[in-house]
Amino acid sequence: MGLIMTLTPVTQSSQIPPALLEKIEEAITHYPVSKRSAALPLMHLWQNHFGYIDESGIEWIAAKLELQPIAILEIVTFYPWFRQTAPGKTIIRVCRTLSCAMAGSYELHDQLCKATGIDSAAGHDHGLPTSPDGKFSVEFVECLASCGTAPVCMINNDLVEKVTPADITTIVAQHS
Amino acid sequence: MSTLPSAHPKERRIIFGNVSEPNYAPDLETYLKHGGYNEAKKAFTMKPDEIIAEVKAANLRGRGGAAFPTGVKWGFIRRDDGKPHYLCVNGDESEPGTFKDRIILHQDPHQLLEGIIITCFTLNIHLAYIYIRCEFTHAKAILEKAIEEAKARGFLGKNIFGQGFDLDVYVHEGGGAYICGEETSLLESIEGKRPYPRIKPPYFPAVLGLYMAPTIVNNVETICHVKHILRLGSAEYAKMGTAGDGGTRIMCVSGDVMRPGTYELPVGAVTMGELIFDICGGLKPGRSLKAIIPGGSSSKVLRADEVFKIKKPGPDGAMVEQETKLLDIVLDAASVAAAGSMIGSAAVIVMDDSRNMVWALNNLNQFYAHESCGQCTPCREGVLWMSKISTRMLAGGGHENDPKMLHTVADNIAGRTICAFGEAASWPTQSFTEKFAEEFAAAAGKN
Ligand SMILES: Cc1cc2nc3c(=O)[nH]c(=O)nc-3n(C[C@H](O)[C@H](O)[C@H](O)COP(=O)(O)O)c2cc1C
Ligand code: FES
Repeated sequence: MGLIMTLTPVTQSSQIPPALLEKIEEAITHYPVSKRSAALPLMHLWQNHFGYIDESGIEWIAAKLELQPIAILEIVTFYPWFRQTAPGKTIIRVCRTLSCAMAGSYELHDQLCKATGIDSAAGHDHGLPTSPDGKFSVEFVECLASCGTAPVCMINNDLVEKVTPADITTIVAQHS
Repeated sequence: MSTLPSAHPKERRIIFGNVSEPNYAPDLETYLKHGGYNEAKKAFTMKPDEIIAEVKAANLRGRGGAAFPTGVKWGFIRRDDGKPHYLCVNGDESEPGTFKDRIILHQDPHQLLEGIIITCFTLNIHLAYIYIRCEFTHAKAILEKAIEEAKARGFLGKNIFGQGFDLDVYVHEGGGAYICGEETSLLESIEGKRPYPRIKPPYFPAVLGLYMAPTIVNNVETICHVKHILRLGSAEYAKMGTAGDGGTRIMCVSGDVMRPGTYELPVGAVTMGELIFDICGGLKPGRSLKAIIPGGSSSKVLRADEVFKIKKPGPDGAMVEQETKLLDIVLDAASVAAAGSMIGSAAVIVMDDSRNMVWALNNLNQFYAHESCGQCTPCREGVLWMSKISTRMLAGGGHENDPKMLHTVADNIAGRTICAFGEAASWPTQSFTEKFAEEFAAAAGKN
């Protein structure tokens, strides 16, 4: 019989810093009527800290709110914002919807994918389309409520309006 | 976020009054210097019924999409029924074409808080949530800072304004799903559940809402208007608008115009033509108008050469039906409805003659296919079929009867779903294929 080695990955729930825990406790107080309401806020805090939500995260949040893990899993998988695998270091979200599309957002998306080495046809059913070097994720998202300054995209947490081809070169250079 | 350009003479900036001021900042001191919280204080000197009567008399209609009379909605709440009541402010702003609440949430958060205070005092509400889409990544911190400032002043929290009234306000971020703008989905989302819209009846969250208690859901802009109704008085406020549709409405114009943007206009003050040509600087050079989506992507498209039969007051005051061209439609809820569409979230998307209508519809079909929550079979399946059909038409691989097939699929979604997403998703397909039949026919059956 050979030796079976199992690699135990380090789970997110074993690395919760006190500052995150403090924010979690605070968020729960915002819902005096039902703790379950804190599910989304906890998922946001978790993903903001770890970059994504792993299985241990789903179980930890569920236990914290006295829920079954499925109650968290079913919303992690529902909302487009949440992911269960690590994204690239810089996440670029390009608005795909009509006003932006009329202003050239498909070309923008293509150009961004080319500049970062991402397959522009890749869907995001299995995590965000991410560049081989792990530096970028680029995805199409729906209307970002900034249609008057189309085309727009978000670079991590920041909105960029009236994006031009020249902007793309700058954005990619800045985050490489 | 860009600052607003100077106002067009037809504009009357009430909601955007503050943010139009040079160097206006979202902090409490700046807001107070601009008359901030005066009406919240005034509200406590009034009787709640008096405030509801004012909101009714002001003819304020909801700015979130359905244009429902706000005062009537508020009237469904029985202040003294002994139950807890809640307010959920809808800041999901995800109807394609809409970009007004973003400005309030980021640049004038105290105006929203003041509206919330007035609303909560009126309806005996002690807990309110502001639901914002999570793509507004900075808005949460901005709103929470404003809430802290207001608390420190005694405007929120315990015993506000020393009136023995408690009110807590929290911000709840969504997860990037359009459906959460639908009010019962929004409630499920706040409850931490999978945000499937609730089965109706009851039709109004005012009957069973958040945590199964009477709840008011109003759009961000709607709530802000309440302050100005108290400031101006209902008569003065109503006078700005048309019969049954008072005040100002923030129009969001995008697409093929020279000056897209937000324009706060007295309701009914301008026609579609004035909005596009006088205010938005017209079309791009050498272009002609092809189509207009008047109230967000879910409203039915209007064709440039359509003539509508719309009732207007005649010389003797009696309503007479008049033939009205698209550019002559007056921008109020009733006129746009009479043209067979809706003012919705007042998001006007303009398309010129360079646009391919199959391409435009396909873009919207992909939106609805991505955003259906999947609860009801006609919608879950139908939106995907519509998206696949318009995609194959664009690629040149469609069948001759594809336009008819598209329409049939849409007909089988509308009216057969739990929430109005079904209509929202069907109306574009129904109206595009009807009104641009030649273009769809030409694109169909290329193989
Ligand atoms: C699919 C769908 C999406 C909606 N999205 C929004 C939205 O993003 N913001 C909003 O205020 N209302 C939205 N609504 C309308 C709300 O259900 C609700 O009518 C509105 O928030 C009520 O506020 P009001 O009366 O102040 O307009 C949406 C409705 C549907 C059916
Ligand atoms: S369509 Fe891109 S922001 Fe609205």
